[in-house]
Amino acid sequence: MTAAATTLQHAAPPVSGPRALIQRLRHGDEIAHLLTLTFAAAILLLTSMLVWELWVNSHLSRAKFGWNFFWTQTWDPIFDTFGAAPFIYGTLITSIVALSLAVPLGLASAIFLSELAPRKISDTVSFLIDLLAAVPSVIYGLLGIFIVVPLMRTWLGPALIATLGKLPVIGKLFAGPNYGVGFFTAGIVLAIMVVPFIISVSREVLLTVPREQREAALALGATRWEATWQVVVPWARSGIMGSVFLALARALGETMAVTMVIGNDPKISASLLHPGYTIAAVIANEFTEATGDLYLSALIELGLVLFLMTFILNGLARVLIVATERGGGRPA
Amino acid sequence: MNRALLLWRKTLNIVMLTLTGVAALSVVSVLFLILGYLIWHGGTSLSWSFFTQLPKPVGETGGGMANAIVGSLKLLLLAAVMGLPVGLMAGVYLAEFGGKTFSFVVRYTTDLLNGVPSIVIGIFAYSLVVLPVKHFSTLAGGFALGIMVIPITVRSTEEFLRSIPNTLREGAMALGASKWKTIATVVLPAASGGILTGMLLALARVAGETAPLLFTAFSNRYWSPGWGQPIASLPVMIYTYAIAPYDDWHRQAWAAGLVLLGLVLLANLGCRLVLNRGGAVRSV
Repeated sequence: MTAAATTLQHAAPPVSGPRALIQRLRHGDEIAHLLTLTFAAAILLLTSMLVWELWVNSHLSRAKFGWNFFWTQTWDPIFDTFGAAPFIYGTLITSIVALSLAVPLGLASAIFLSELAPRKISDTVSFLIDLLAAVPSVIYGLLGIFIVVPLMRTWLGPALIATLGKLPVIGKLFAGPNYGVGFFTAGIVLAIMVVPFIISVSREVLLTVPREQREAALALGATRWEATWQVVVPWARSGIMGSVFLALARALGETMAVTMVIGNDPKISASLLHPGYTIAAVIANEFTEATGDLYLSALIELGLVLFLMTFILNGLARVLIVATERGGGRPA
Repeated sequence: MNRALLLWRKTLNIVMLTLTGVAALSVVSVLFLILGYLIWHGGTSLSWSFFTQLPKPVGETGGGMANAIVGSLKLLLLAAVMGLPVGLMAGVYLAEFGGKTFSFVVRYTTDLLNGVPSIVIGIFAYSLVVLPVKHFSTLAGGFALGIMVIPITVRSTEEFLRSIPNTLREGAMALGASKWKTIATVVLPAASGGILTGMLLALARVAGETAPLLFTAFSNRYWSPGWGQPIASLPVMIYTYAIAPYDDWHRQAWAAGLVLLGLVLLANLGCRLVLNRGGAVRSV
């Protein structure tokens, strides 16, 4: 890898034939290289096997329902009719609610940590936020059931119906009845779970913005906020988008916390206060109870759908973050 | 006119900057809220029997989660045995041997694997380990967690190996050591602190995973001898107890939550403090 290493390796005079091979093996480097390479290749193998297993084991369901799987709204194990529409809907809606709460909160916090807070405070707060990211999702679910759901049932839900529910178009999103469990509750819990990711990635990206950019804006008479909002944030735009995609990928795949607060009812309803279901939640709840082969296969196909969604988002996120950190961000 | 505009800009400046501070403060306060609530609820439910007794049958109060604590440890042991070596070796490959294209592919796949939802990992472990033998087992649960350990270990190992200055490698080679000897006796020991903490962080992360265990390790209300039977674990117990309709079970869920969160946060706290200190030394 290093310059010195390569010169050393080539220092020995080249010998040809089987003796050369033995000599090279005795040296040990080739063996070590091969050994570590095997383990690296094992990761590739494992990941391809994962995709393969999902593909093969969902065969029954794919053969029977085809593309109809995606827009069929019935999920009926007794009559062997399986449609993914309510679950895809629930997964997307909860994630959208989560992001619309978490992105403003996370971006604001990241701006505070990178632009305003002194380095020491910024590091300490980031440290605490990293700890928040380490809290297991089942703990969020536990707090969701016993704190967020009652709060939603007795106070926040009725408040939303009384205020936003009265507005002409948005009102549909906040129509009763309000059970406490549902899309919105799941969205709140998810928002708390993904906010640490948005903050830590956005902060890193904002810190890579050259100082000259800020200084130039301030020198032109911009206030601190204007310099941040009109110069620094646009510069880091694609990296911030990357952090949002990462958060979205996590929100889509999150299982336990959502399962515990969404109400587990496979219905598509316009109101965010109604109970719903997500892909991950239905797999968690019904996988062990899936009696028929087709039932199991349909659940595995749902897993495949979830995998593909997160796969695409993660890829996009990575490209965006790398692009910004290489200085590819363009000022607006 | 101009003065009004200036005033508006200054006000906006102050308002928005204050809001960012409020946002950061509220996010951090969530951590303390979670901690406080768990200590308050879990602390009052925690007792000695929680650590020493088996779960009682439905309807009887009391009992503990001794089997789940041991179960979590056994699953973590399996995850460590299966995942850590793969992660370590692949990390060494990426940092010390890797070429360009293949390394890029491995790195990309590793990130991808890291982003796979844990429930999908559960399906994978189910179809690979549970389906052939037709019953849930400790082995299957450990396998699922082991896969999740790999990507985290790879990235942290690579990162710490890369932070070792090249002068160290050159020094060893100048003394006549071959490349693998340099790695094994100089580079790895120098990075060992970081690599080990990285591994511990990886284990702490999977210690709280529930979804991949639901249909691999399943659960068990009794002890699970050996490695071939379903086994209880703390996260799965928290889940089943939290959604059950019994008050006594809820109390136990809080207690288990406190124990789990305490362990995970302590491991994280310790690791990150060590890493931060190491980071300061490294950057000099």
